[in-house]
Amino acid sequence: MNLIFDLARGMLSRRRRQTLVSVMGVALGVAFFIAIASLMRGFQTYFIEQVIDVQPHIIVKDETRRPLPQAVEIAHPDGAVALSGVKPTERVRGIRASSEKMAILEAIPGVFSSPILTGQALLRYGSRDVSVSITGIEPARYRRVSNLEKDLIQGRMEDLRSTANGLIIGIGLAQKLGVVLGDSIIAVSPRGVSLQMKIVGIFRTGITTLDNQAGYTLLKVNQILQDRPNVVNQILLKLNDVTGAEALARQIEERFGDRSESWEEQNRNILTVFVIQNAIMYSVTGAILLVAAFGIYNIISTVVFEKTRDIAILKSLGFTEGDIQWLFLLQGMIAGLLGAVLGCVLGQLMIEGLAQIRFNTETPAGNDRFLLVHDWRIFAIASFFALLSASIAAVVPARRAARLDPVQTIRGAA
Amino acid sequence: MTSPPPALLEAQHITRRLPEGVTLVADASLKVERGEFIAITGPSGSGKSSLLYLLGLLDRPTEGRVLLEGRDTASLSAAELANLRLKRLGFVFQFHFLLPEFSTLDNVLIPMRRLGRLKDAAARAQAMKLLEALGMAEAAAKLPEQLSGGMRQRAAIARALANDPAIILADEPTGNLDTRNAAAVFDIFARLASEEGRAILVVTHDAELAKRANRRIHLVDGWIVSDTRAG
Repeated sequence: MNLIFDLARGMLSRRRRQTLVSVMGVALGVAFFIAIASLMRGFQTYFIEQVIDVQPHIIVKDETRRPLPQAVEIAHPDGAVALSGVKPTERVRGIRASSEKMAILEAIPGVFSSPILTGQALLRYGSRDVSVSITGIEPARYRRVSNLEKDLIQGRMEDLRSTANGLIIGIGLAQKLGVVLGDSIIAVSPRGVSLQMKIVGIFRTGITTLDNQAGYTLLKVNQILQDRPNVVNQILLKLNDVTGAEALARQIEERFGDRSESWEEQNRNILTVFVIQNAIMYSVTGAILLVAAFGIYNIISTVVFEKTRDIAILKSLGFTEGDIQWLFLLQGMIAGLLGAVLGCVLGQLMIEGLAQIRFNTETPAGNDRFLLVHDWRIFAIASFFALLSASIAAVVPARRAARLDPVQTIRGAA
Repeated sequence: MTSPPPALLEAQHITRRLPEGVTLVADASLKVERGEFIAITGPSGSGKSSLLYLLGLLDRPTEGRVLLEGRDTASLSAAELANLRLKRLGFVFQFHFLLPEFSTLDNVLIPMRRLGRLKDAAARAQAMKLLEALGMAEAAAKLPEQLSGGMRQRAAIARALANDPAIILADEPTGNLDTRNAAAVFDIFARLASEEGRAILVVTHDAELAKRANRRIHLVDGWIVSDTRAG
């Protein structure tokens, strides 16, 4: 009601300085929440994007989650059979019928697959030996599931095909070995196969382990190097819709039996850290808002105490208890709303201030500043909680005001 | 035979006792008719203010009942009583109780806006008319703290009249005023009763002023000891 609003505004305006202090309390809470939330969300979003970007969304591996059941267990599913010391059967490791499986997966719209063979090798250049992880790829398919092409700073992916035993390595690795584009090096695998390879590309991902320890060659070449002809040990999948990764991974595992990990599963530890990080953020800002709520409680209580005469006259004039309660609740909400608006402005300024800061370090992605996300929902959430806590804080004094007996007050004033 | 129309305000054997056992008003019965100007007198602590609060529906009697225009108010909720006060009753207290943040005009407008019977412009015109009738036109835009004591009390009377109430209840309205201003306030009450037909109940301990009323009710220790009509 318009009248109640006018009365509320009038009463608050009498305590301008105190109102301002409690409004500032709310505003600081809101502003800190906005700044911290955009900082954390910015970092998390960047991180997840990096993870999703760099990694395949699903990796199908040549493993099973549980050891294969033994014949006796299959024969007596309900029997009390215990086996110990069973060694896994000797079998050629690798994904069986990989091309058929890939054909099935590619038939799903929005899914791209690429077979790879990973293995260890020692790269030897002059007197330097560096142990690396070599991935055998099919460039045409691999470029659809990875950013390798984007990360190349020298050479081209096609050169893998046009050059015999071509090899793409990371910038860190190239520096360690002291090789440049076009140099020839020796690769030795654990199986003892040794190949002369030629550097046809150098990449930089910003992820140190990859830049220092990874190399890419053709699938066929790596199969020779690892002495595992025709073997594929991972199928990498990229999805148009990353959110469907976990569900699809479960389906694949169900159907093929091969262990399939979505990006969420591979990064579960990081995502868990984010959950904890968010919990910390919410409790800190919650604490700030709690303090702000006490400020609101304080101002409304003071106003109620000071305005007992006004409450009495309003009641004698015909205002109901509900009117009086609403009158003081509204004052809390006005303070909360002012705090929220001011907090949003302050939060925006803080974000802009943080965005100006430059670090003197080289971070992985070449970033030297805070990663901030600008999401209106953060502002909305902060404002909503400010308003909510201000309203809750005002309820108690508002109810006390509503219950004041005008007769007592008038008697006391006479 | 038709029954006579009900009294404007009627108290039937009302008693008000505090929980501690003190009796403020004891077995009071009276009828108030339109146009009556009643002074309630008595020594300090005789229960005259308590009687006024009971008649003004600000307080409920422990026993007995108060009828407003023939309607028993005992069964009404707090919100319904508030609504009756808003529409039918006007209060003036010893202290003016004007809201300090609002101008004189806005103070008079508060009960009107709460009732919402008049549109904004019409309410303003009506409030100005009330202030003019009380010689307060030039004080309309001023804050209460800028007014003299007598003017504040007249502003409070204007506010009490805002929703055209049938009954004005005043509790020591001249307690803070000098003789001249006190006399002016009583003149206003006398006019409201005789010219506009409102019932006026004034609690006062000033015997001289009480003589101006056309009916005097005297209380001692919560009991009505005399109820006399002037010539």
